Amino acid sequence: MTDASTTAQTVPAPAAAAPSSSAGRAAPGPARGTAVRPRGPRLRARVGAVLKHAGLIAFGFVMLYPLLWMVASSFKPNALIFREPGLIPTEIDLTNYTDGWNALLHPFSHYLVNSALVVLGSLLGNLVSCSMAAYAFARLEFRGRRLWFAIMLMSIMLPIHVVIVPQYVLFSQLEWINTFLPLIVPKLLATDAFFIFLMVQFFRGIPRELDEAATLDGANHLRIYLQIMLPLSVPALATTAIFTFIWTWNDFFSQLIFLTRPEMYTVPIALRTFVDATGESSWGSLFAMSIVSLVPVFIAFLFGQKYLVKGIATTGIK
Amino acid sequence: MSVIQALSRTRQEVSPRRKGDGRWALFFLAPWFVGLVLVTAGPMGASLYLSFTDYDLLSPPEWVGLDNFTRMFADPRFLSSLGVTFTYVLVSVPLQLAAALGLALLLDKGLRGLALYRSVYYLPSLLGGSVAIAILWRQIFGADGLVNQVLGLFGVSGHGWVSHPDYALGTLMALNVWTFGAPMVIFLAGLRQIPQMYYEAAAIDGAGRWRQFRSITLPLLTPIVFFNLVLQLIEAFQSFTRAFVVSGGNGGPSDSTLLYTLYLYLKGFGSLDMGYASAMAWFLLLIIGGMTVVNFLASKYWVFYDD
Repeated sequence: MTDASTTAQTVPAPAAAAPSSSAGRAAPGPARGTAVRPRGPRLRARVGAVLKHAGLIAFGFVMLYPLLWMVASSFKPNALIFREPGLIPTEIDLTNYTDGWNALLHPFSHYLVNSALVVLGSLLGNLVSCSMAAYAFARLEFRGRRLWFAIMLMSIMLPIHVVIVPQYVLFSQLEWINTFLPLIVPKLLATDAFFIFLMVQFFRGIPRELDEAATLDGANHLRIYLQIMLPLSVPALATTAIFTFIWTWNDFFSQLIFLTRPEMYTVPIALRTFVDATGESSWGSLFAMSIVSLVPVFIAFLFGQKYLVKGIATTGIK
Repeated sequence: MSVIQALSRTRQEVSPRRKGDGRWALFFLAPWFVGLVLVTAGPMGASLYLSFTDYDLLSPPEWVGLDNFTRMFADPRFLSSLGVTFTYVLVSVPLQLAAALGLALLLDKGLRGLALYRSVYYLPSLLGGSVAIAILWRQIFGADGLVNQVLGLFGVSGHGWVSHPDYALGTLMALNVWTFGAPMVIFLAGLRQIPQMYYEAAAIDGAGRWRQFRSITLPLLTPIVFFNLVLQLIEAFQSFTRAFVVSGGNGGPSDSTLLYTLYLYLKGFGSLDMGYASAMAWFLLLIIGGMTVVNFLASKYWVFYDD
């Protein structure tokens, strides 16, 4: 196990900061090894490449089809959703959006704001608390460091179910149920240990000479953390931010447990209530609000792709 | 470096010996440490205790010894949810990883448009855990859903997939396979670490593409396969949202989608049988931990380390 990484994943964090696709581009192109051969095989290789692309595109299309169809259906009158498997609506209808927006007790914007608040708190919490812990693990020498580090790593694998009941008891005694505190405070306390690990990996790749120079200039650890590590760790912080955003936005289990009053509902809980309230009768507006709920994730995906791919590739997070 | 590797490495790490960081460590670790005690380790201990009690939130917990555990194994719903979960995990995870590996192999080798393909295939992994996608799944596999509409074009009339006990779990597995993008990206990163010269040397020795795959790619990729396997198994055992939404919160029809964590939720937060739910949670931890240990032990026989 020990040196597994030599074959594979050991990419010191800053090296990993180079867009991972560049390594792919450095590899020879599709025509590799065919240059010196006569024309026949070359043509065959080209046909092969075209077929491969056609296959990959077709497969991608099939994979995304349900999503595209949901977008298309959200603009169709209800009756058509059950009759039209195609993507182009014969009739465009925006009432799904207006109906869906107002279908629940509060307008949908209310739930969007609630989700945004939870996300903001979680972002702040993870960025500050995880980077602090990571600094200690990456740069400080203290008693039991390896033991604590191992405990931190193991806590990443811990299923939330093992702690959820006592957490619920604790938070209800604090009268935090139906507030956002049970969702945000744990993040302020660095319980998303995955991000500590991510940042430890990154910090370790930053040359120690920088800290040493700063120490000679009289900087203490707080200043090194604030003025050297954090500014140099923007890629790791961005990865943390994007994953925190998407995971918190999509999180269902803990929000379902801690938020039971309609005015505190976040988007996933509101959607789920919507399913229960309307049953199968209004797929159109259900789809419309589902699309609304996915748009922020999609935007995060569009703008943060580079960091997402890098993040998964180096740590294996999902 | 993956978490798993880091965990097995912590012992050998060497770092320059310095003094006087203790107080700073206390400062930087304070939030994490408070969180560890109050949000993670404390509740863990508490739930272990609760698993030996009868507790309904309203009256204080009452010690019942191993009662919850013996009740679990006499509870047909528990046993069936265990079976459903194992079926779900053991079928969908290998399929998901096979898809991930297959696509990663196709996308490797400096394919033009790689970044675009990777994004398209990865997108479902980001969305797959959401309530919105579960809602979509419930529609497309419904009686009048997209799948049956498409089948109808070919003159086939399908079942109501999500409402049929034989097929409902299959729709959840399909959803899990659909999110193969994340392990695929990990495979792609692993493929890139294999030195090109290995292939060049093999080609000079006359090895064909299949032979190169069998003798170079596959062995050098086994650590990544192992890593993905451990990770995806742990994840799949905890699937909740899709089962909850697709089944309308009850694991139906006929408990066919009653995944472990859904039953745990229904027990703990539906019928307030918190002692039982805690016992279930600890048993889940035991399953996941046990499976991971078995995986590590078995890895000696098939995972290849290049050193």
